[in-house]
Amino acid sequence: MSDTPEHLVKSFDNELKKLRLMLTEMGGIVEHQIALAAQAIVERDNAAATEAVAEDPKVDALERDIEQFVIRMLALRQPMAADLRMIVAALKITGDLERIGDYAANVAKRSIVLDQFAMPYSMAGVAHMAHLVQEQLKSVIDALDTNDSAKAVDVWRSDRVVDDIYNAIFRELITYMMEDPRNITPCTHLLFIAKNLERIGDHATNIAETTYYAVEGETLPDTRPKGDSSAYAVVRPKN
Amino acid sequence: MSDTASATTHHTTSIGTLDIHSHEKLHEARIAIRGLDFYYGKDKALKSISLDLPDRQVTGMIGPSGCGKSTLLRVLNRMYDLYPGQRATGQAMMDGINLIDPKLDLNALRARIGMVFQKPTPFPMTIYDNIAFGVKLHEKLSKSAMDERVEWSLTRAALWTEVKDRLNKSAMGLSGGQQQRLCIARTIAVRPDVILFDEPTSALDPISTLKIEELIDELKKDFTIAMVTHNMQQAARCADQVAFFYLGEMVECAPAEELFTAPKQKRTQEYVTGRFG
Repeated sequence: MSDTPEHLVKSFDNELKKLRLMLTEMGGIVEHQIALAAQAIVERDNAAATEAVAEDPKVDALERDIEQFVIRMLALRQPMAADLRMIVAALKITGDLERIGDYAANVAKRSIVLDQFAMPYSMAGVAHMAHLVQEQLKSVIDALDTNDSAKAVDVWRSDRVVDDIYNAIFRELITYMMEDPRNITPCTHLLFIAKNLERIGDHATNIAETTYYAVEGETLPDTRPKGDSSAYAVVRPKN
Repeated sequence: MSDTASATTHHTTSIGTLDIHSHEKLHEARIAIRGLDFYYGKDKALKSISLDLPDRQVTGMIGPSGCGKSTLLRVLNRMYDLYPGQRATGQAMMDGINLIDPKLDLNALRARIGMVFQKPTPFPMTIYDNIAFGVKLHEKLSKSAMDERVEWSLTRAALWTEVKDRLNKSAMGLSGGQQQRLCIARTIAVRPDVILFDEPTSALDPISTLKIEELIDELKKDFTIAMVTHNMQQAARCADQVAFFYLGEMVECAPAEELFTAPKQKRTQEYVTGRFG
């Protein structure tokens, strides 16, 4: 924050900066994982898939480092107000990023399996979704880095689009599976891929909520824009 | 989130007697301060302070040295009357009486509003007499009633078990923490309504400090408490509401959890995070 004066204890300021750096670094790696996973699916690039999976231990290690660092700061600095909110936010965000990394690695792994099947249909939907969630993650990490709560709200709102695409893909894949049982294996993998991407969007939304709280000191409303209605796509809810 | 999980979060969950969804509400004001100004000669030390001290809760007062927080305590029990040239204007209402009314009987006032200071100030007499001394000024009690009162106040001050076998020994032989608890016992012995603490633990070690904090938590069931402290964590631990003072003004007053997690004013934010120039 440009209008925030420096902390009287310089080393505390440095620790807060370091915490931000660690988070943006982790966000960068995870974002790269998603890009690689998308490339693996769309271009049937096994090397990219392998690289995405190989990044995972790095992400896990960073998560542990950030957790340790946060606990250390809470114990030794007893932060208050905006500092406290930022430090607790870091702890939550690192958890979300780790999950996103897992989903991206899972997408990459499935793309290797998918490579063995002939794909008679377009991957445009999945590619579009991957692109959207990657953008979401990038924006929310930027928002976190620059204390931009308005940008965090934009990300929070944009998740609806991802959910809508997911619902469309879900219906489309069910149609293929009904048409020909030989489609079931690749379509199931694709379904998981789409679901994983949709979950990535949800975690990006979580990060947006956490960022908003860290910056503004108040929470976004409980009802976030949720659009995943696939749970009702086959069986209608009773009411 | 699954349906079962969201169902449970909508209910109020309890751990023992602790209601984890409850937010402490502030009680009705015991003392209502309105537009209070205070002058040291020509210097205005408090500028139009308006603040409620909620009944049987703890109000923490924080701020840098010279911000007026101790001055406000001194106004509430009229310590300033001891010094010429100091005066207060405005209102500090308690039970329909303005505490700064010059016609007020100060002895009666100070029996209702007790004060505990930074350094323990036991009288150079026995532990028993330290307590009885103040009581005798206000009440005529029989020997047995006085014994009872001494035991009651020492028990309330969490000191009874430590001193019950040496009540006739000098209070000067007690440790710093014990002396401070003796001063608290002495204050509550006259059964006041309000207790003012002026940095009550700044001369004590961390364990004695925690004992006093635990004691304050116990005392607030019966007394309205105002506490000046330089230790922000202490205000966070003890206080229900916290007021931040700066240069004689009250910048912000809010429930403790709010003031320390999401203060509204920029100056408060800077002070509590340690970015104060």
